[in-house]
Amino acid sequence: MELLQIKNLKTYFEISAGTVKAVDDVSLTLNYGESLGLVGESGCGKTTTALSINNLLPAEGRIVSGEILLEGKNLVEMNDREIKKIRWNDVSMIFQGAMNALNPVMKIGDQIAETIVLHQKCTFKEALKKTEELFSLVELEPKRISNYPHEFSGGMKQRAMIAMALACNPKLVIGDEPTTALDVMVQAQILNLLYKLRQELNMGLILITHDLSILGETCDKIAVMYAGKIVESGDVEDIFNRNRHPYTHKLLSSFPNIHRERIMPEAIEGIPPDLISPPEGCRFHPRCPYCEEICRVEAPAMVRENEGHFYACHQGGVHNGQ
Amino acid sequence: MDNKDKIISIRDLKVEFQIKQSFLHELFAKKQKIVKAVDGISLDIHQGEIVSLVGESGSGKTTLGKAILNLAPVTAGEVQFKGKVVKHTDKKELKLFRQKAQMIFQDPYQSLDPKSMIIDTVAEPLEVNNLLKTAAERKEKTVKALEDSGLAPAENFLYRYPYELSGGQRQRVAIAGSIILNPDFIVADEPVSMLDVSVRTGILKLLLELKNTRNLAFLFITHDLSLSWLISDRIAIMYLGKIVEIGPADAIIKDCRHPYTRALLSIMPIPEVHRNRNRQVLQGEIPDPTEIPRGCRFNTRCEYALDKCFSEEPQFTAITENHNVACHLAAKEQ
Repeated sequence: MELLQIKNLKTYFEISAGTVKAVDDVSLTLNYGESLGLVGESGCGKTTTALSINNLLPAEGRIVSGEILLEGKNLVEMNDREIKKIRWNDVSMIFQGAMNALNPVMKIGDQIAETIVLHQKCTFKEALKKTEELFSLVELEPKRISNYPHEFSGGMKQRAMIAMALACNPKLVIGDEPTTALDVMVQAQILNLLYKLRQELNMGLILITHDLSILGETCDKIAVMYAGKIVESGDVEDIFNRNRHPYTHKLLSSFPNIHRERIMPEAIEGIPPDLISPPEGCRFHPRCPYCEEICRVEAPAMVRENEGHFYACHQGGVHNGQ
Repeated sequence: MDNKDKIISIRDLKVEFQIKQSFLHELFAKKQKIVKAVDGISLDIHQGEIVSLVGESGSGKTTLGKAILNLAPVTAGEVQFKGKVVKHTDKKELKLFRQKAQMIFQDPYQSLDPKSMIIDTVAEPLEVNNLLKTAAERKEKTVKALEDSGLAPAENFLYRYPYELSGGQRQRVAIAGSIILNPDFIVADEPVSMLDVSVRTGILKLLLELKNTRNLAFLFITHDLSLSWLISDRIAIMYLGKIVEIGPADAIIKDCRHPYTRALLSIMPIPEVHRNRNRQVLQGEIPDPTEIPRGCRFNTRCEYALDKCFSEEPQFTAITENHNVACHLAAKEQ
C-alpha cells in the first residue's frame, strides 16, 4: 500500500475578491522511504497542497473535494480530534523560515520536548532525553538543548527544526522550502542530512521548493506545479532528461549550469496567472511559446508517457523537437 | 585591465567591531573581544567592470560593500574613488561621493518605503541632493530611470505603492532609485536572492545592460557562485574577512586553486541528475570572527592543511596575471 495518496484534491480560498483556486485537481502518490519534489514558481499552490495534507489551512481555506489517503485512511474526512492525532505523529512539517519558527524566549530543547509531550504519552523528563537523542541524530551537540534560538546559527536552527519534525517518528515529513533562507554550504549540509535520515528512518519526504536544481540529488520523483495544477510528474530522470511539458523545460533552463557553456539562462516571460480567474484552456498558454489554437480553448488532459511519467500538454515534447 | 580607468581602489581596508561586554567583564578581561569583519582587503574595480564577491554568511561580504560606501565604520585602510582618497570626515566630499556610488539592497520587500509612492521613492535621491528645479523635471527623470530599469511604460508605475508590485518589479524600482543620479559605481548586495528563479535572470540581464550602456562598475555580492559566473568579469572569493582567491570568472569556475573555492564549486546545485557527484560538503560553519585561526584562516575546515598552514598566513600567489590565490598548497603545485 502506498504511504500517501492524494486523489483529485481541490483546495479553495474564499476571499472578498472571489474564490482563489489555489489547488485545483491535484493527484499524487508517495511510497515509504520515497522522496518527492514539488516544484513551481511562487503562487502555484505548492504550500497549499502541503498544508491541506495535515489540515493546517488558514480560516479562509477549505478542501472542496478530493481524498488524501495516508495508509488508506482519508484525512479529509477526519474531525479536529482525529487529525490532531495524525499531525506530527504521522505527518510532520519543516517550515521555511527556521529563524521565525522557533520561540525566541524558550530553550530549544524545551520547545521540542513540549511537542513530544503533547503528542506522545511521556513525561517531560523522558521527552528531554529523547530530544538529546534527536539532537545527535541531526548532528547537533546534545548538550545544546538548553540553548536559546539566538545562540544558534541559521543552519543550526534549521537542524533543530528537523529534529522537531522527527520528534514523534513520523511516516511522512514535508519540507516547505527548508533550505531557501540558507547559505549554499549549509544548504548542502541540510540536504545531505535529509537524504541520510530518509534512508535510515524509511520515511516519506515531500520537498517543496522553487529551486529545481537542488532536487536532482535529493529526490526520487518530481511533480511540477503550475497555477494550481500538476503539469508534469515523473521520476528525476524523466523530468530532467526527457521532460515533455514546456513549463518544466523552461524552469530547468532558467538555471545556469557551471559545467556547460557560460550563457545567460532564459527567463520565463510573464508571471503566473491570477488564480481567481485562471486562463481558459491550458493555464500556461499565455506564457507558452508553442501555444496553438487548441491550447486556448481546451484544457489538456494528463497523458501517460510511461510508467510513472505523466504530462498535461497538447504539444507534449514540442520543445525537444518531438 | 590597466588600460581601463580604476573607479574604486581599496587599499588594505579593515572594519572591526568591538563587542560590548558587561562592565565587570571589561574591567578584568585581558583583552577585548573584537570582530574583524573585514581584515585587510585590497581590490580594484574598473570602469564597466562587474566584480563579484562570493562567500558564506558571516564572511564579511556585505560589510565590505558597506565599508566602501562608508556605511560601515572603517578602522584602517582607505578607499579611493577615481584615484582620489575619499575622506570620510569631510561631509561635503562624502555627499558628492555618495551621489556617484550607490547601493542596491537584498530585500526589495524591506528596502522600499511601503507608504511612499514609487515616484517619491525613486526621485528621493534628487531631492536630498537638491538637484531639482521643476516638478516636470522630477517626473521626467523618474520616468527615464524607471524605463531604463525595465519598467515601461513608466506611467503605469509612478503613482502606485510597493505592495501593488511583484518582487521583481520592486527590485527594479530599487535599481531605478540607484541609477537616477547617474552613478559610476554600484554595490549590489544579493539583489536576486529573494526572487523567484524565473525572475532572477531578468534582473541579472538588467544589471549587465546597465553596465554596458552606462559603463557602470559593479560590486556584485552573492553566495551563489553560478550567478556570479554569469554576470561578472572577475570573481573574488571571500572567507572570514579576507579574499582568498580572485581571478577572471572563467578561471575561477574552470581552474580554481583554493580548497575553499573548490568546495564551494563542488556543492553548487546544477540542473542535472547527479547522484554520485563528488561533493565536498564542508563540516561546520565559518569560525567565530573574534578568534580568527592562526596561520591560514581556513585551516579548521581544510582537509589538506599542512603544519605550515597552522603557523604562517599565506600571501597571494599569482597563478596567471589576474588570477591570485592565498594558499600554501596552491603555491606549492607550481
